[in-house]
Amino acid sequence: MTFTPLLSPLTHEGVKTQATPEGYDKLVKTLRRENITKPVIYVGAGTCGISAGALKAKDEIVKYLAANSLDADFVDVGCIGLCSEEPLIDVQMPGRLRVSFKRVTSDKVKGIMDQMFQQKPDPGCAEMLGQLKDTNGTPWDGVPYMFDHPFFKQQTRRVLKNCGFINPVSIDEYLARDGYKGFAKALHTMTPPEVCNEIELSGLRGRGGGGFPTGKKWKFALNTSSNQKYMICNADEGDPGAFMDRAVIEGDPHAVLEGLAIAAYAIGASKAYVYIRAEYPLAIERLILAIKQATDYGLLGENILDSGFDLKIIIKKGAGAFVCGEETALMHSIEGKRGMPRPRPPYPAISGLFGKPSVVNNVETLANVPSIILNGAAEHAAIGTAGSKGTKVFALSGKVLRTGLVEVVMGTKLRDIIYTIGGGMAHGKKFKAVQIGGPSGGCIPEARLDIEIDYESLKTVGAMMGSGGLVSMDEDNCMVDVAKFFMDFIQRESCGKCIPCREGTRRMLEILQAITHGRGTEKDYDALKRFKGVMMLPRLAKVIQDTSLCGLGQTAPNPVLSTLRWFRDEYEAHIFERRCPAGVCRGLVKYAIIADKCKGCTVCAKNCPTGAITGSLKKPHFIDVNKCIGCGACKSVCKFDAVTVQN
Amino acid sequence: MSERKTMGDILNGYQNASRDSLIPILQDVQNEFGFLSRESVLEIGKHLRLPASKIYGVATFYNQFRFQPTGRFHIMICRGTACHVKGSAAVLAALEKELSIKAGETSEDGLFSIEVVACIGACGLAPVLSINGEIYAGMDEEKVKTVLDTYRKKASQEGGAK
Repeated sequence: MTFTPLLSPLTHEGVKTQATPEGYDKLVKTLRRENITKPVIYVGAGTCGISAGALKAKDEIVKYLAANSLDADFVDVGCIGLCSEEPLIDVQMPGRLRVSFKRVTSDKVKGIMDQMFQQKPDPGCAEMLGQLKDTNGTPWDGVPYMFDHPFFKQQTRRVLKNCGFINPVSIDEYLARDGYKGFAKALHTMTPPEVCNEIELSGLRGRGGGGFPTGKKWKFALNTSSNQKYMICNADEGDPGAFMDRAVIEGDPHAVLEGLAIAAYAIGASKAYVYIRAEYPLAIERLILAIKQATDYGLLGENILDSGFDLKIIIKKGAGAFVCGEETALMHSIEGKRGMPRPRPPYPAISGLFGKPSVVNNVETLANVPSIILNGAAEHAAIGTAGSKGTKVFALSGKVLRTGLVEVVMGTKLRDIIYTIGGGMAHGKKFKAVQIGGPSGGCIPEARLDIEIDYESLKTVGAMMGSGGLVSMDEDNCMVDVAKFFMDFIQRESCGKCIPCREGTRRMLEILQAITHGRGTEKDYDALKRFKGVMMLPRLAKVIQDTSLCGLGQTAPNPVLSTLRWFRDEYEAHIFERRCPAGVCRGLVKYAIIADKCKGCTVCAKNCPTGAITGSLKKPHFIDVNKCIGCGACKSVCKFDAVTVQN
Repeated sequence: MSERKTMGDILNGYQNASRDSLIPILQDVQNEFGFLSRESVLEIGKHLRLPASKIYGVATFYNQFRFQPTGRFHIMICRGTACHVKGSAAVLAALEKELSIKAGETSEDGLFSIEVVACIGACGLAPVLSINGEIYAGMDEEKVKTVLDTYRKKASQEGGAK
């Protein structure tokens, strides 16, 4: 490398003094916590850690230290990804490897601290997760390595490499881990077309769902001449079931900023926006601070690192509209208008925000950029499948044993993610389906779990990559209900601009509602309408796909089509047999009282809203199925488990 | 009571503002007052030289904006996919039953209001709800009662509903 390392306390001349080479190395070591002199306690303080009680555990640790006159440093780190085992707390003793503990509630603090401060971590302790190879210390005997844990073993952490390790509110720690080196390399040694080329060579594709080649997108904008261009980071993570963007921003905000800065340089934009959901207060706070720090260090602002390149980053808070994840709608929202999409072309790269050339990239896409520039395109292109390179972060949730953030190489089998990383279904239930790609995606059944994940393979099974939400479902979930849930979501979030999406999604929802409702009072004509609806469902879906204006509408029928394709038997059970095999659709569920168990306490009869339960005191009661609306009130109030569900 | 910003204070922060400041202004106003009143919308209109109809057009488009005051404890219940498959519909039903209000309403004593949101982004802990920003994980019908009771207790200790 030809340029001098900018990273000394850590940065731009004139802002802070350049340290001597030895001083620099020492500082980097300190910031990477490789030569600590007193114990360090890492608290997983992302949104999920905090809601699981991480801060309460931290208070308890502070009390413990005070009571035992011990001293330690605290670091609030971002999420390492293992959400279901939060709160996660790690302890690093001087000269030794860092040890991670799971489910550290306040009452567990004393036991764990005792182990660590007596230098005797107990591998058998229920909270033990493992030691991390990451620091230069002596390993503990007998303690397993955390990255051998099944949740971590198959992961390849590139985007998430710093999450859980660095203090997200410290720019110095990011710098000490090669932060902003990629940006400096781009500014000092590469021209904008070279940066675009490098990204194109790496094979990086949009991680927000569409999978458009990022380098190509940048080139379009670069080749459009204009006095003002805009670079936009899409952090409007609206897919219910996806939270990787939040975790990346909370855990490593500078990586996103660096990617954004490189992208802005590559297309020649002097202004960049981060459009972020208002529902993510912690992420917004971290981002605001990160922008301030980077500006103070001369890594943003005017004449960055004496290159003559200027960049200002502005945060725009979203106001809660799913459709604003669509790039043209997002730009309308930034302009202060209703977030409605418009027809493309012209593409944003030609005429975007305020009519100027603009590029919109997702958070994860941008977080991939710094290491591609720093380490070269080849490294990124070396892993993955033929058409999809690099890694993908998935938000694994639902009924699996271990939920959390998972970063795997493209081409990993879905089965490995569900069964190995996720540990299979919790409570010994049977796997039914995994929903991928949010409301635009689809449900994948057991029989197709062996597909290797990439942009193209997912399309062959009627799903799509989407932003990376993976919601697993077990035998207790009804697939018709899941389809109904998504249609309800989409018809509410449809912006209303084009008719197929606005009217069509509402009709699809009505058809699904008709299937799942009880029909105690259905008249002939209504029955006919219901059957007609069922028959027309696939055709209606096709019309919506073909004629909607934007991606939201074009993909809106996917949840219905994919469940119809793989779980047709469940639809048929609902339609022909009027029953819900999973017992979820309340309208179809029939309740009955087991006479042997019923003590005749009359509680159920008192709580029945429709008076469907009859029976006298101390005698078994009876439910009149014609009056029963399936609300389940009787089941929830019965103290003797006498009410059963009949499928 | 801490000092409240007035409409004037908020608008002064947006001198020579143009249309793209509309949403941030609406967000600031709602942050300060809890909802968008008719008067505040008119005032914003004057400041930005936009007709109130346009402002309502924008404000009603987005889920975030409310036109009625919220309760003292604002409950946001997540209805995302992960929460749905883990039973958030039952949690919502329990909330509605316990408070005798529907989603989007405020209880008569002004203590609680319920809002349904698409996703809080804590899917690993589903089902979740948040009350005045504090997130409660792994909810079920029974936990709803316990959580609400702690807030009721808190309210009676702090001295009555406002």
